[in-house]
Amino acid sequence: CDIDILKEKIGEVLLPGDEFVFESEDTIFLTDNVKPERPVCGPGLRQSGNRLVVSKSGVLRHKPPHTFWMDSQQWRYVPAKAETVIGIVTSKSGDIFKVDVGGSEQASLSYLAFEGATKRNRPNVQVGDLVFAQFTVANKDMEPELVCIDGSGRANGMGVFGGGGLLLKVSLGLVRRLLAPQSDIRSDLEQLFPCELVVGMNGRIWVRASTIQQTLIISNLLQSCDTLTAPQRREQFRKLQKGGL
Amino acid sequence: MIDGRDGDTSVMAGVYGPAEVKVSKEIYDRATLEVLLQPKVGPAGVREQSQEQCVRETCEAALLLSLHPRSSLTLILQVLHDDGSLLSCCLNAACMALMDAGLSMSCLFCGVTCAIGADGDIIADPTAAQEKESRALMTFAIDSTERRVMMSSTKGSFSVQELQECVAVSQKASEKVFQFYRDSVRRRYSKNL
Repeated sequence: CDIDILKEKIGEVLLPGDEFVFESEDTIFLTDNVKPERPVCGPGLRQSGNRLVVSKSGVLRHKPPHTFWMDSQQWRYVPAKAETVIGIVTSKSGDIFKVDVGGSEQASLSYLAFEGATKRNRPNVQVGDLVFAQFTVANKDMEPELVCIDGSGRANGMGVFGGGGLLLKVSLGLVRRLLAPQSDIRSDLEQLFPCELVVGMNGRIWVRASTIQQTLIISNLLQSCDTLTAPQRREQFRKLQKGGL
Repeated sequence: MIDGRDGDTSVMAGVYGPAEVKVSKEIYDRATLEVLLQPKVGPAGVREQSQEQCVRETCEAALLLSLHPRSSLTLILQVLHDDGSLLSCCLNAACMALMDAGLSMSCLFCGVTCAIGADGDIIADPTAAQEKESRALMTFAIDSTERRVMMSSTKGSFSVQELQECVAVSQKASEKVFQFYRDSVRRRYSKNL
């Protein structure tokens, strides 16, 4: 079958320009129950007709039944709909806050997009505050828009936060690995010491532990996780657990 | 940051973007690519500007710029050492930097320089001394999908047949460069696989 060509390459490193051609069938039998399997392309893959072209270098990943995407290392964030990010409020003008999310353009956040906010009851947001929000509008042609409520009007963990913690910038790959359902890094961190983590998909992580020293240790660990292999990382965690600082 | 080496010639490339762009420079349907080539000594002059244009046009053909309208991409090339074949070294460094930054590309490209000596023999990737003694010097940018010539920059006098021979030599030499790209990217991702 055609998708098998792609399935053979799962876990391999591919470069932009690598192409996969699917043979298209000239006749489709209406009595057949089997539909030809078309792959669903995620980030880093582009489809045109029966050709699939890789557009970003990385590792090919697969989620059954037909979803494929390129897992690439990147530092610069490009806004995408429904992703939750950490933004820094840069200005307040009238009814809208301008928020820096690390992309090519600043996003806009309406003051009514907070839980329990009305025209009389404005949220307490100042310039320089950190907000955890999600994108409702994020495409290449329009200015991105953020909200701090979900579909039913509840905050659900979003909103203004900060105070006493440290904000760091890491690669997008590390953030995705932290947010994955069975995350090794997160389970290793849980065994170290209790801390509060806010992870934004734009590569920003906010850390707060019970003392400043522990906060700094965790932030240094997270930044080094980008360049360490899994065994090296576990070695570092083990050294810290034994008490060597 | 990517360090491109061609023999002793060495260029460091850095890519920034997609970032905010000045309203005067923004293009409504695609990204604005700016290339800055800094020589090792002295300020950038007219020669660097023409080399920047060659690199920029090649990059614009390979990148998918329509994915980032009204944004800017900046590519900065710093010459660390120049011992001949500078433009092709810049092209190689630029391609690897763009690929490493995670920008969407339709194909990869590489630069190959050919020099035609006084006795008519073709030298690939000449050193500065060989370039000085050559009667013609050509740099080609070759794409990775169909090995076609994307950009050519030539100096000196040569016949049509010599030009075609040089193109063939460059296309053959580009295989090694693309294999090097593949090996480098494999090494980069081997830690997190």
